Amino acid sequence: MYIPVNDMLKHFKQDAPAMANITHKSDQWSPYHDNSGTVLAVGIPGAVIVAGDTRLSNGYNILSRDATKLSQLTDKCVLATAGQYADFIALRKFLQQRLQLYEFQNEVQASTETVAHLLSRELYSRRFFPYYTFNLLAGLDENNHGVVYGYDAIGSYDQMTYGVQGSGQELVVAVLDNQLKGYNKINKTIPQTREEILDIILDCFSCAAERDIHTGDNVEILIITAAGTERIVKPLRKD
Amino acid sequence: MLKHLYDTDCVTWSPQGKLFQVEYAMEAVKQGSICLGLKSNDFVVLCSLKRQPSELAGYQEKQFKIDDHMAIAIAGLTADARVLCKYMRTECLEYKYTYESHHPVGRLVFKVAEKSQHKTQSGAKRPYGVGLLVAGIDPNGVHLFETCPSGNYYEYKCQAIGSRSQAARTYFESWFHLFEKSTLEQLILHGLSALKKAIMEDEELNEKNVEVGILGKNQKFIHLNAQELKDYIVKLETFNANTQIQQE
Repeated sequence: MYIPVNDMLKHFKQDAPAMANITHKSDQWSPYHDNSGTVLAVGIPGAVIVAGDTRLSNGYNILSRDATKLSQLTDKCVLATAGQYADFIALRKFLQQRLQLYEFQNEVQASTETVAHLLSRELYSRRFFPYYTFNLLAGLDENNHGVVYGYDAIGSYDQMTYGVQGSGQELVVAVLDNQLKGYNKINKTIPQTREEILDIILDCFSCAAERDIHTGDNVEILIITAAGTERIVKPLRKD
Repeated sequence: MLKHLYDTDCVTWSPQGKLFQVEYAMEAVKQGSICLGLKSNDFVVLCSLKRQPSELAGYQEKQFKIDDHMAIAIAGLTADARVLCKYMRTECLEYKYTYESHHPVGRLVFKVAEKSQHKTQSGAKRPYGVGLLVAGIDPNGVHLFETCPSGNYYEYKCQAIGSRSQAARTYFESWFHLFEKSTLEQLILHGLSALKKAIMEDEELNEKNVEVGILGKNQKFIHLNAQELKDYIVKLETFNANTQIQQE
């Protein structure tokens, strides 16, 4: 039978008056749930590659094995989000509507830089009840080179060549530091081709799925180029 | 005529039961350059003639996208059309945000009509001086509506409004029985043929002054580009309306 902690303490207060003032907040309701998972994005000249696993979880439970963390906002940019799924949906809806309005008013789609700034402002507008989202905005800049912007929950952002967010962040980012930048690498070969980088990304997700219980099921990869968007889905560990 | 006694504002009826201000607003629509629309089972096509205020000026756009599944063609005061266009776009965006689906076409036309009617029943307002042809696709099918400054709206199989539109309507009366089963290309050629009937003797259709927009069940609203327009205008020469095929 489940006895809330505060009720148990009533007995303590009678038997041990010194413990009378201890209260635990563990029964407090929270508006936030971490649906976990991992996303990453890598920018290369001419393209940007965004990937996210498709597992949705809540604590030790799996809610879905087939939930996308990626959302294409314009022809040239994609939002990848880890954190609370409901907030991801709400944020995505807002951005889609706002960017449609931008297109009507300006007769052209918003550039990646514009979307990046818009996302930052929207996140900060909720400074005192934040979107529980850890975002990556990946897209092509005005010269069609891949760029990645990484965000915290309240909208602080910066441009990066690659970024990782989510429950597998620490596991994966260390691998990318080594593979894509050659940090702490004895044999400093940096991958040049798209295929090499795709292989590294797939390996990263497999590694994350091994050690992080919240990452797995499938990895969904979007490759954005000036010619269009390509989508690849590969299976991952299901345990 | 004693018109001038009863035409000062919208809140005065004439003895014949007319609101002259509203009638005058409809005149503004008739003065605008022609735009027409026609539909088949799968597509709606909007064709308009763009006016050029002078040699030095550009051509006035007549067709505007409201959403992926809806577009309008305007005749009359462009400034008033912009207001209605903005309203329709906002309504579609809000509907999509709330219901994650496209705004039903008839519903939006009704909202526009409500707005227009409101302007005809006040001492301080004037009616909108623009008529819209609203093309849209929703689960109920393929639609073409016309809205008026009076606040009335009608659904059509094909319709033309604006300057010399009667000529185009006469063309439609002869051939509209073919439209349901027409292909997209045939539909466009019928539209352009109707447009051709409505131009002046010394005018000609070219890729600069013609605007064609298409909307389909699996086709988001797009305008034809200059090259496509040129090709269709060339095909127009040999188009036979009766057989709907090119004649040699």
